[in-house]
Amino acid sequence: MQEALLAAFETWTADGVPEHPAGWLRTVAARRYVDQVRADAARQRRERAAVDATPRDALLAPPPDAEPARDDLLELLFLCCHPALGPSAQVALTLRAVGGLTTPEIAAAFLVPEKTMAQRIVRAKQRLREAGARFALPPEPEREPRLTVVLHVLYLIFNEGYAASSGPALRRVDLTRQAVRLTRRLHRRLPADGEVAGLLALMLLTEARGPARTGPEGELVPLAEQDRTRWDRSAIAEGTALLTHALSTAPVGPYQVQAAIAAVHAEAPSAEETDWPQVLGLYELLERLAPGPAVTLNRAVALGMVRGPAAGLDLVRELADGPLAGHHRLLAVRAHLLERAGEREAAAREWREAARLAGSLPERRFLVRQAARLM
Amino acid sequence: MKYLMLIYGNEEIWNSLPAGDLTTLIGEVDAFNEALRASGELVESQGLVSRARSVRMVGDAPVVTDGPYLEAKEYVGSYFVVDVDSEERALEIARSYPALRFGSGRSGGGLEVWPLMTGTGGDL
Repeated sequence: MQEALLAAFETWTADGVPEHPAGWLRTVAARRYVDQVRADAARQRRERAAVDATPRDALLAPPPDAEPARDDLLELLFLCCHPALGPSAQVALTLRAVGGLTTPEIAAAFLVPEKTMAQRIVRAKQRLREAGARFALPPEPEREPRLTVVLHVLYLIFNEGYAASSGPALRRVDLTRQAVRLTRRLHRRLPADGEVAGLLALMLLTEARGPARTGPEGELVPLAEQDRTRWDRSAIAEGTALLTHALSTAPVGPYQVQAAIAAVHAEAPSAEETDWPQVLGLYELLERLAPGPAVTLNRAVALGMVRGPAAGLDLVRELADGPLAGHHRLLAVRAHLLERAGEREAAAREWREAARLAGSLPERRFLVRQAARLM
Repeated sequence: MKYLMLIYGNEEIWNSLPAGDLTTLIGEVDAFNEALRASGELVESQGLVSRARSVRMVGDAPVVTDGPYLEAKEYVGSYFVVDVDSEERALEIARSYPALRFGSGRSGGGLEVWPLMTGTGGDL
């Protein structure tokens, strides 16, 4: 596949890049190629970020009598997501100061007592003072890495809210909606940043599957078994449009590639008709942009769909000594591949072991059911 | 991520502590709890009365008996729950628990760290 990609790069540069609406891999790969060829891409991005980070009205002479409405969203986000803070403090402070949630609301969302959350916020502010953090845009060379932290915090808020089960007992502040709202504001503020657009697209394309993710009993429904007519088509359309625009104008980054993977799933009428070679190619690119064991694990699933379970299992074996060793997701992927290879007993063992180690109730129930099916 | 910390006590160890040590230790545990509260990591903390009962099915009826800790030297004396950024942080907190040092060289007086299950799950 990698060689196929390289070959494709060469063809495309010779013949020009073909246009095809479903060809996310093609678009992403071509974009990536363009980025690599352009030696000055990074410089351009920095320059653009600097321009984006400057309030629009600061680029123009203010009208003599007008007091410009000041949008301090960026300054606030950079402050709340200061590197001196840990992720849980960054998340709490962002929701409080930027999202406008009350402390009891945030406490309820994270299922901790109000006092605990109040202390966390107090402590976070104290930390910021000690670190000499300032309510101002960070100096230019720090801006891009700091924006990466901001995006990660928004991503964490989204994931926290992406609850598998709902219902009166688990009534929470809708963190998913908060994350989308904040990312949307950030995108309005930095419209030219491809990764901000990519993250917003990723959230929309993921959230679009929300209605189909849980069954009548609140149980987890895996992607392959979801009723795709229940996917939110307008969220998919919005996410797709954002991603298309970002990929044609900005340097490609990990959030855009993840959004492209979500878009491939969104386009597939059924699990069987999913364009797995494209998913695999996108994971290969993602692995080069942002390598990590979780990405490799996902690539193993795609590899198993394209080249058969044995190839997937070989790749999973390479991860067995890494940081994901003993992680329930790794065991679940191995179980899935073993099952597809026809090794029912071994698969059932892996499903059970994955269930034992799973940290979430809906996932555990799902994994136990998977094991029970094979017995 | 939330973690349940089970604190094991040992009657023999406690009974053998000089009164001064016990006062110092109680002060240290109070300071330990206060630090966790101030950092916004302590979810809750409770002491347990060492009078546990166990309920098990015997035949087809649930039967209440003493124990399971009554005869054992070790028992769960208290617990606390923290909400922290990583497992490393949870283990760091566990390692700094003041009463831990009284268990050294003897059996008992340890801490168990249990990750709590969450209500949310990712896509599978």
